[in-house]
Amino acid sequence: MEVLLGITGKDYTIIAASKAAMRGATILKASDDKTRALNKHSLMAFSGEAGDTVQFAEYIQANIQLYSMRNDTNLGPGAVASFVRGELAKALRSRKPYTVNLMLGGWDPITEKPSLYWADYLASLAKLPYAAHGYAQYYCLSILDKHHHPDIDFEQGMKILRMCTDELKRRLPIDFKGVFVKVVTKDGIREIKYEDDMPVKSA
Amino acid sequence: MDALVAQYSRPAHHDEGYSQDEQQELIESTPSLSLKFALPPIASPSAWLRAMTDDYSNPNCPIKIAHGTTTLAFRFKGGIIVATDSRATAGNWIASQTVKKVIEINPMLLGTMAGGAADCQYWLAYLGMQCRLHELRHKRRISVAAASKILANLVYAYKGMGLSMGTMCAGVTPQEGPALYYIDSDGTRLAGNLFCVGSGQTFAYGVLDAEYSYDLSEEEALELGRRSILAATHRDAFSGGFINLYHVKESGWVKHGFSDTNPIFWKTKLEKGEFSNVTADLE
Repeated sequence: MEVLLGITGKDYTIIAASKAAMRGATILKASDDKTRALNKHSLMAFSGEAGDTVQFAEYIQANIQLYSMRNDTNLGPGAVASFVRGELAKALRSRKPYTVNLMLGGWDPITEKPSLYWADYLASLAKLPYAAHGYAQYYCLSILDKHHHPDIDFEQGMKILRMCTDELKRRLPIDFKGVFVKVVTKDGIREIKYEDDMPVKSA
Repeated sequence: MDALVAQYSRPAHHDEGYSQDEQQELIESTPSLSLKFALPPIASPSAWLRAMTDDYSNPNCPIKIAHGTTTLAFRFKGGIIVATDSRATAGNWIASQTVKKVIEINPMLLGTMAGGAADCQYWLAYLGMQCRLHELRHKRRISVAAASKILANLVYAYKGMGLSMGTMCAGVTPQEGPALYYIDSDGTRLAGNLFCVGSGQTFAYGVLDAEYSYDLSEEEALELGRRSILAATHRDAFSGGFINLYHVKESGWVKHGFSDTNPIFWKTKLEKGEFSNVTADLE
């Protein structure tokens, strides 16, 4: 029951990822960061098979950083997404695929637009205004369908995110220990302090 | 004439750089992280291993692997406490009551053993070797983060081939302070304050979580570790025997005994009035 959420707005992309690391019936860690920064303007969040997730994310992170060093320029979010999809597709047709679902948040310094890419372990890639992975899809996509507009400002985006996490707290049967929230803007990636110890009123 | 010239002349830079053979030799002189084991000629090694060893689904399986454990480790201001039980079970059979589940990787680092006993013993000994090589190569002690990552990358290379281990790496280094990592055979590696691993983990977590604090004194921390293992040995059929207690400090680890659970249990019950569901009188 890992939660990944992504919302784009006027000049930012918000990525939220649950903090619980579960194994069997135990939460091993309640402050697990399921994101990696790939370069100044790309952030990747991941969920899926234990072990695969971090190995894949750090492999991608290293290669994107290598590209930046070799060419003295950063790969844009679209190129990053294509590269990631390519690696995932290559692994899918190997003896041991990576069972990893991804969300790529970015900000393109050339077009000056935020972007959000959704990818699953079968290497489907979609550019979307808002997205979710796992059970969070069932609860949050309807909320996002109703409340999201392309040009919302940051406060509005955070308000919609709060609606999503509140609903997940209310209805998901397993506690996901809140979310880490990060935002990608023209200034880079920054973490947002997100209060998630407040109780949520049930209907 | 051309044939004669060709015979007695060589390209200008022929002998520069390493030859193919020399390069191969250089590569092979340092062993790669993942040793090249011969694998059985079977399509799916893990499924085959399960068929041969899973006592739960097939009580007549030909090989019974030692499973069932309680191990715990937690960080506190005075270092790290590591505690384990000592029972090894193979199916319903108690194979041993005196297993050393704390593995002394080197005088500074400890590992714990849960899951396949052989897997843990072998790979933690191998980790000890890699840590020593790191010391020789870099003239400084390895960090706990790096040591745990060697193990995590190693088991990840064997993912899906039937390794079974849940281990914790504990150590104190000047750079990191007290550091604790959880590593398991699906490749998970997590840093944390407190972990319990094994079939008795839930029972140990119950006692440990309730009274854990980073500011525990050394005596309190040792007692909490001991009491948590006792709780697990009492309730988990696959845990028992002796309580193995260690304290890891910056100067290295200190052993605090390998003590029989039975007298500790009765002492706890009679002196503190705990375990009140157990009665000694006949009614």
